[in-house]
Amino acid sequence: MSVPDVKKYLRSEAMPTLFCTGCGHGILLHCLLIAIDELKKDYDNMVFVSGIGCAAWIPSPHMAADTLHTTHGRPIAYATGVKAYRPDLDVVVVSGDGDIVSIGGNHLIHAARRNTDITVIMANNKVYGMTGGQQASTTPHGCITLTTPQGNPERDFDTCRLVLGADAGFVARETVAAPRNLIKVIKAALTHEGFAFVETVSTCVTHFGKMNGMPSPEAMIANLKEKSVRGTGTDLLTKPLEDGRFYTGIFTSGAG
Amino acid sequence: MAYLQGNMACVEGALRAGCDFFGAYPITPSTEIMTAMARRMPEMGRTFVQMEDEIASIAAVIGAAWAGANAMTATSGPGLALMLENIGYAFATETPCVIVDVQRAGPSTGQATRPAQGDVMTARFGCPGDYEPIALAPWSAQESFEMTARAFALAREYRMPVFVLTDEIIAHLYETLDLDREIEVVEHDPPCDLPPFGDARTCERTPMPKFGEGRKLLVTGSTHDERGRRRTTDPQAQMRLVERITKKIERDRKTLAETESYMMDDAEIALVSYGASGRSSLAAMTQARENGRKVGLLRLKNVWPFAQEKIRDIGGGVKKIVVVEMNCGMMRREVERFARAEVVGCHKVAGEIIRPDEIIEVIENVSA
Repeated sequence: MSVPDVKKYLRSEAMPTLFCTGCGHGILLHCLLIAIDELKKDYDNMVFVSGIGCAAWIPSPHMAADTLHTTHGRPIAYATGVKAYRPDLDVVVVSGDGDIVSIGGNHLIHAARRNTDITVIMANNKVYGMTGGQQASTTPHGCITLTTPQGNPERDFDTCRLVLGADAGFVARETVAAPRNLIKVIKAALTHEGFAFVETVSTCVTHFGKMNGMPSPEAMIANLKEKSVRGTGTDLLTKPLEDGRFYTGIFTSGAG
Repeated sequence: MAYLQGNMACVEGALRAGCDFFGAYPITPSTEIMTAMARRMPEMGRTFVQMEDEIASIAAVIGAAWAGANAMTATSGPGLALMLENIGYAFATETPCVIVDVQRAGPSTGQATRPAQGDVMTARFGCPGDYEPIALAPWSAQESFEMTARAFALAREYRMPVFVLTDEIIAHLYETLDLDREIEVVEHDPPCDLPPFGDARTCERTPMPKFGEGRKLLVTGSTHDERGRRRTTDPQAQMRLVERITKKIERDRKTLAETESYMMDDAEIALVSYGASGRSSLAAMTQARENGRKVGLLRLKNVWPFAQEKIRDIGGGVKKIVVVEMNCGMMRREVERFARAEVVGCHKVAGEIIRPDEIIEVIENVSA
């Protein structure tokens, strides 16, 4: 399988990225661009909206398209305005777990409930990276972060279950350790009519892996491969996994 | 002639000016604006959205503005408080939009159905960082109509959020108004290739670009250069951005800061007021004149930018300036900074209008 050249979708002045060594966000960026290329999307007709945080930098400034880099937690609300006024534009939110499901969780569930015709790609690195590694609402129980030095006493959100609960029409999860699957999932999300949510489990070696027994990119990728389990929406809701394992796949793609 | 409450007059002004996106969350005493928009906008083929909170409302408004809309929201104090971070984003990104704030008694939830003028400083300083707002203060249904329309023109001209600060009294006051007054219909800027955030050296206006034109726009609330590229540690870029968003208003302050004078020529006591309090002030002035007191009124049509020259120019014959407002003295402090005569406050924070007799009492006290 040949990989398309995606340089034309990037701002050359923004390369190389500022992402840390081993950050999975570059893989997500690459997969998103391949998906756009393979779908032959009209790039000038797309708008990429992000919030604040490492993942918010995936579209802005890297992508040579219309980009709206907004406030922390609010990209879905901004995207809702863009889409409501210009339904002909393809509106894609790319941002982190802090943005999408911690500070901005309310906007996420309401966009799902409304079936707003946007695609939300949440890069989940399970930690607040840009501020140096604090607990997020996606940090697994027991993990060490700067604000949970004795281990996270709280549970983490399963964001896919959350948006399924809000009747999202398209819900999927994939990891940056499985880029071919990730491309497929993003393509399916981008072609879905109505609200589409893709959780991309990413890696943060600098602020998460090093504090939790995965001090290298290789260790983090191996961990994602080991812990991900193919599953369906029904599995997600009825057969919870233990030991940090999680389901990947398209959990629903029916009408929203 | 029409017979409308102030809130409805805002709606009519917005629609005639070309408002084609409205996003809001219900809040007393502004809600009539939203419910009217919910009906009128779809009828006219325009976009209405009800969002999940005020944070999302202003976010949707700003997003729509970048998609090309003449966008507006309406709220009251608690909602305005929630909007502030994103209003700051609109200042930083030079995004035109209109925010109607129907003031009610605060702080916090306060008295939802009662009037106040306690948001003037929220509009002025509510967002972190430096910026220069425009805030119009209608005192009638007629002005609610005209000023809401004008807010769209100003927002487009200066590429910034513009506040219309009404209050519960003006919002719910029914009176006759002329809807046939000429209204400037806001034109969209034609596409152009100029940098979206202006020349690096001047504060000259740049046309508002929009998504979907192949411009590859970089829009960010982080400090950016004229092309929107983030410059978050560059001192020059930070200075340029702040100068750009403040100087455009400072430069035009004298023309933007509109006032209206009543019997100021021979006045010994000058009332300074705005919004609903301006109406009581006018009534008090008229009564005081009948009692032989030489009282005049300077009414602020804009609270921001502040009419500092007009305050400074209040003549030597004026012995006392009385600032009449439904708060503990927010604009009084501003008047004190520039006035040459002694400044006295006539303030009321009871969730009630200031009655003319209460103003006359202050006039009599300062005359004694």
